[in-house]
Amino acid sequence: MNERPLTGMFRPDGLAPDIKEYESKGGYQGLRRALSMSPGEVQEEVRASDLRGRGGAGFQTGAKWSFVPMGENAPRPKYLAANCDEMEPGAFKDRLLMEGNPHLLIEGMIIGAWAVQADIAFIFLRWAYKEAARRLEKALHEACQGGYLGKNILGSGFSLEMRIHTSAGRYICGEETALITALEGKRATPRSKPPFPQTSGLWGKPTVVNNTESFCNVPHILAKGAEWYKSISRSADGGTKIYTVSGRVKNPGWWELPMGATVRELIYEHAGGMREGYKFRAVIPGGASTEFLIEEHLDVKMDFDDVQKAGSRLGTGTMIVLDDRTCPVGTVFNLENFFARESCGWCTPCREGLPWIAKTLNAIECGEGRYEDLSMLEAHCHLLAPGHTYCALAPGAVEPLQSALKYFREDFSRHIEGKGCPWS
Amino acid sequence: MATIYIDNKPYQANEKQNLLHACLSLGFNIPYFCWHPAMNSVGACRQCAVKEFKDENDKRGKIVMSCMTAVRDGLRISIDDPEVKEFRARVIEWLMTNHPHDCPVCDEGGECHLQDMTVMTGHVYRRFRFRKRTYVNQDLGPFVNHEMNRCIQCYRCVRFYNEYADGRDFGVFACHNHVYFGRHKDGVLESKFSGNLVEVCPTGVFTDKTLKRHYTRKWDLQTAPSICPHCGMGCNTIPGERYGTLRRIRTRYSGQVNGYFICDRGRYGYEFVNSPERIKDPLRRVSGEGAGPGKYAPFEKGTALGAIKDVLNVSRGVMGIGSPRASLEANFALKKLVGAENFFLGIPDADYRILSLVLDIYTKGSARTPTLDEVESSDAILILGEDVSSTAPRLALAIRQAVKRKSFEAAGGMTIPYWDDKAVRIAAGGRRNPLFILSCSHTGLDDMAKERYFAAPDDLARLAFAFASRIDTGAPGPEGMSPDFKDLTARICGALESSKNPLIVCGAGAKNEGLVQGAANLAWALRKQGKSAFLSFVLPGANELGLGIIGGRPVADALKAIGEQKADTVIALENDLYRSLDKKNADTLLSAKFSITLDQISNETTKKSWAVLPAASFAESEGTYVNFEGRAQRFYKVFVQGGGTEESWKWLRDIMLEAGRPEASNWDTLDGILRDMANEIPVLAPITGIAPPETFRIAGMKVPRQPHRYSGRTAMHADKSLLEPKPPEDRDSALSFSMEGYAGVPPPALIQRFWAPGWNSVQALNKFQSEVGGPLRGGDPGKRLFEPGPGASPAYFAQVPPGFQPRKDEWLLLPVYHIFGSEELSMHAPGIASLAPDPYIALSEQDRLQLGKQEGEYMEVGIGETSYSLPVKPVRELPEGIALMPSGLPGLSGIGFPVWIKKPGKGARR
Amino acid sequence: MLSEEERKEIEAEAGQYDRKEAGSVEALKVVQRHRGWVSDEAIRDISAALDMTPDELDAVATFYSFIFRREVGRNLILVCDSVACYVMGYQGVLDSIKEKLGIDLGGTTEDRRFTLLPISCLGQCDKAPAIMINEDIYGNLGPEMLDSILSRYK
Ligand SMILES: Cc1cc2nc3c(=O)[nH]c(=O)nc-3n(C[C@H](O)[C@H](O)[C@H](O)COP(=O)(O)O)c2cc1C
Ligand code: SF4
Ligand code: FES
Repeated sequence: MNERPLTGMFRPDGLAPDIKEYESKGGYQGLRRALSMSPGEVQEEVRASDLRGRGGAGFQTGAKWSFVPMGENAPRPKYLAANCDEMEPGAFKDRLLMEGNPHLLIEGMIIGAWAVQADIAFIFLRWAYKEAARRLEKALHEACQGGYLGKNILGSGFSLEMRIHTSAGRYICGEETALITALEGKRATPRSKPPFPQTSGLWGKPTVVNNTESFCNVPHILAKGAEWYKSISRSADGGTKIYTVSGRVKNPGWWELPMGATVRELIYEHAGGMREGYKFRAVIPGGASTEFLIEEHLDVKMDFDDVQKAGSRLGTGTMIVLDDRTCPVGTVFNLENFFARESCGWCTPCREGLPWIAKTLNAIECGEGRYEDLSMLEAHCHLLAPGHTYCALAPGAVEPLQSALKYFREDFSRHIEGKGCPWS
Repeated sequence: MATIYIDNKPYQANEKQNLLHACLSLGFNIPYFCWHPAMNSVGACRQCAVKEFKDENDKRGKIVMSCMTAVRDGLRISIDDPEVKEFRARVIEWLMTNHPHDCPVCDEGGECHLQDMTVMTGHVYRRFRFRKRTYVNQDLGPFVNHEMNRCIQCYRCVRFYNEYADGRDFGVFACHNHVYFGRHKDGVLESKFSGNLVEVCPTGVFTDKTLKRHYTRKWDLQTAPSICPHCGMGCNTIPGERYGTLRRIRTRYSGQVNGYFICDRGRYGYEFVNSPERIKDPLRRVSGEGAGPGKYAPFEKGTALGAIKDVLNVSRGVMGIGSPRASLEANFALKKLVGAENFFLGIPDADYRILSLVLDIYTKGSARTPTLDEVESSDAILILGEDVSSTAPRLALAIRQAVKRKSFEAAGGMTIPYWDDKAVRIAAGGRRNPLFILSCSHTGLDDMAKERYFAAPDDLARLAFAFASRIDTGAPGPEGMSPDFKDLTARICGALESSKNPLIVCGAGAKNEGLVQGAANLAWALRKQGKSAFLSFVLPGANELGLGIIGGRPVADALKAIGEQKADTVIALENDLYRSLDKKNADTLLSAKFSITLDQISNETTKKSWAVLPAASFAESEGTYVNFEGRAQRFYKVFVQGGGTEESWKWLRDIMLEAGRPEASNWDTLDGILRDMANEIPVLAPITGIAPPETFRIAGMKVPRQPHRYSGRTAMHADKSLLEPKPPEDRDSALSFSMEGYAGVPPPALIQRFWAPGWNSVQALNKFQSEVGGPLRGGDPGKRLFEPGPGASPAYFAQVPPGFQPRKDEWLLLPVYHIFGSEELSMHAPGIASLAPDPYIALSEQDRLQLGKQEGEYMEVGIGETSYSLPVKPVRELPEGIALMPSGLPGLSGIGFPVWIKKPGKGARR
Repeated sequence: MLSEEERKEIEAEAGQYDRKEAGSVEALKVVQRHRGWVSDEAIRDISAALDMTPDELDAVATFYSFIFRREVGRNLILVCDSVACYVMGYQGVLDSIKEKLGIDLGGTTEDRRFTLLPISCLGQCDKAPAIMINEDIYGNLGPEMLDSILSRYK
């Protein structure tokens, strides 16, 4: 049986464990251990575990924390935020974690806050996640009552205030610097890096932003140690991962598996393979902003490095399967339309380039495509490369497009030639 | 300096700058939009891309935004790399996807940065074939026109309006490619710098609404370097004319004075020049048949001169009344005409005393008057009794930057370069340099103040003395300060003492000499402590300081002369005596047997004069103003008004020549009178050198006022005559009224427009600066007349003024200033007039309650012999015993502030 | 005018921060909770409570998709139109809702009972297609299920 540190405490009835249940199953032990260590030691433990950020970019969590100025002269207050914005199409792992075991996130955040000596922590929650909000609120209340939050936590002398900030919609809020801007009560446009948030973040003060799932890994790393954490993985990256599969598979859903499960395993074993009458065509492995993988990639291990080698990104590890009865052009149009709509409007390539892409894809899908549209689309994939735009939204947006132009070229041509969508 | 390699050639560049800034300074053309030298980098438009290479062997390189890349030694970049050129063309293509391509009907046409950049990138063919998004435009008031469909989302407007000018009624709305720049609701833009949007916006979203009403293509405007006549800042401007009317004003960049921006009074006040009230012919009061009040008949110039000569011959004494809005030349000429004994400075008594004091302080002082550029670098500022935002708007904008500049320090500590604007703001977390405002009521800079303190001017003066004596015990200080005062003194002095470049700002606004002396003492005390302290005095007139330098007696003495019948002739130079004096005294002066007035617009004084001579406006004149800093600056004729108008100094010269007076014999040209002034008045010795003489030529050519593309020259007067008239000659300057002449960059004082090949918008300015954002090539124009001597150590003013004693039955009436309303000439511009307040009297909340008056309820106010009925405006913080009235509004002029007025009985009603 | 209740809630939100404007999004949501949407008048009242100008607050309000600056119906139907729901055929569900209510996306029924809006991924991809009505989530939808679901909202 696999270890399931993230979801092991999920209740069969779908309700969230309350604090008693959480404590009785080992909850808040990680925090207790952390508080017995110095912040530096906690940072070191997390670094040693090789935990890589689950928000998509896969940056080492321990390393991220180590950039926060520490000591007497460090600017104050310092902030910590959990990125629970989860608006990437295809992703719902953070919702599962918050609904299934809110205390795990809270404990992870408290440990993180101790490690960087943060004074105030925010749960930056997506607007639409109403149930998660209710459960988190209750858990926060319990944690305060239990002495895990507030002044002098567990007698350690460490104090932390934790608040929930519910956003009002906008994918860009998930981008860490935009998230910080949103917390300031402003229009959520990103900021350029450097300076990094760890030195100049919320209101110019040191700020750490981590993904929900990243934080949820932390209590176990502290409770059981970095070595254990690395050992439960099947790949170079430590720990387990929540993988999800959606689309026309028999059994869409989520599974917590050791890091490094293969695409095939996920689709054909866990999700039960394709539904009757549908054939596998491709899969978006890690949320809307990752490149398609196809048949030949089925044995790719779902970890950061292997997916990268296959030409895509692990991203959020949440797969969307494309079947043979769904139009790939329509699918890509759907994706790009989302990104165009969610551009914050700050930089030109993203604000103007994405709507052009979306309009062109729509034209192709509707039978009004032209051959030169394809080269225009291709050019955009290069034009919106990282560094060309202000943040990573647009470069992420063109990833599925780029691979679609590669893998579904014929389908695009058929649309243009036949002046319409062969699927409709 | 660092060595950087641009397309494999080495160049020297400034490490403190970003790459875009450095490359532009080196003369390279890199297209850009969101970057602005006064507002720095935010990396939004992505237009300024270049390619950066790791080293010589790196052939691939990566695209970076030059505005977001620091200059560093050994940096290798390419501007011409095909991939990055392609990228820049695509950025324009993106920007143009939603642009309406309405260039033929766009007011920006001919000076559009977007057009220039489009051509520069080489984007030509339109591929976007989908519907464009469209917006609804807003009515933003009388000054700025809004056409959002042309927007390319460079975010410059919000960055200027909200972040630079601290406006809060404008912003960016909505999201993705629907972002909208405007207001929450239609309405007049509240910022007094809104007009700069017109120049900051790189396309035709924000354009000049006053120009729109009499639109002219930019290349059809005749332009010349000018100076704003609407306050004492001396902002440099470029007015444009067509068909004999002034069409608009633009900023003329000056690194040390106004930089890139001017205020709305300066930009939109120009319409007074086109006023239907302009006097265009010599006029003589009709006597005998048809006579009556205000009945005037034109008379021909020769006859006029002859008649005036006759008057001078028979006159028992001629008095000249000078003016703070007339040029040095005009005041000098009048003084020569009437003789020093008979020359009076036509300003109110209080202003006269303050002006003399300020001149005295500037002459012997040890603290420097800062340039506006230097104001921005002061790290602690104290304003004493002046509402700078209304009396010296451009100075207020500079003070805003000084306060915010603290952020650079905070960012510097985190190794964030100063130009990384967003990061600097975030890192600063709102940290500010301290600004203290001591005044008798709120001011337009209060939002920036660390602390405000409200008191009567006499008490403020005592405080200033107290600050000085705390900083240097050798300075006299008041006895027996209240504990409140002591704490305030400690806080303010503490801040001043821990700064490097403290600035003390005072002015004529509070009409209080003690305050001026206190300000000087304080600045001198700081100097003694080794601080490089600055001292600024705000004076209202465009040439107030110049008038003081010419020097003359107070007008009160002129009244005496009339009373004693020592004089029977008055020559008023560009001076409405009913504004400078109260009605009774103005009447007295005008009761002289002969009153001759030179002015531009008909006013109370011209209506009562015996003869009126039409004076050219600033835009029709050549001359010199001395601004608040003590900088003499030259302005030039933009056009010739025609009719009988003549520059005032030339009228006066011609009168003197007619009367056979030898003093004017050398005044054939401007250079002649300049030479005489420089010889006679030692402070003015440098003025012959502030601009090239009339004989100046480049390659044998004059500098043309019309651009090469000027159209219709042969036909524009065809409705009057088919013969093409000879263009007017300019015998006073090196500028010509034609298209022919030197096409390159002229010397700074002669810059008549900013244009360079490929750069038709105001951004062409880059090519005129020795370093982008720095001084103009050849130095910023104008010359400072006062520099403190190295060892200057003036004796402190010894008389500590007594504190203010409120009176039981009277208020001390003081003026309050309005940027739109308090200045005479600009009120003849319809837009400005529409935004001026109606007359009112401001009372403290306590007084209002005591009188039982509602806000807006009318009240009788008697001042001297005049009675006014005015609505009450409560002003909470007003100190006890003081009431305020707007200065200079039509209907309220000629009040000799400060003046004690009777409080009405309780509940007195109209 | 803000109601007493709204004012209290806004103060509680904004009071958590040194800078009141940090509570702007929450404050907008407070009013939206009470009134369904945020009118121009509400923008002015809220901004005053936060020491902001209407322009500053509106800049924030109009940025976010779920601050409604136009009046909406009593019940809000949000149809997820993101990729998993696309693959699983949300279009059929959407068309069916449109037909039943006689409104297009962005529209409100004449009786103000429903407003229909698209929403990006609801995080219900394993139960696609999904919609959200007010705070309730419905997954694994087919057009045939809509009548009974819609009938629950008055
Ligand atoms: C457009 C955009 C949207 C993003 N949305 C999310 C999100 O919803 N949740 C998240 O955790 N990270 C998101 N990210 C990634 C964050 O910027 C950031 O990398 C992450 O929160 C860091 O957490 P981690 O180090 O724990 O992965 C997004 C990034 C971009 C560019
Ligand atoms: S600040 Fe004064 S000189 Fe400058 S533009 Fe305004 S009115 Fe003119
Ligand atoms: S000028 Fe560099 S990104 Fe706009």
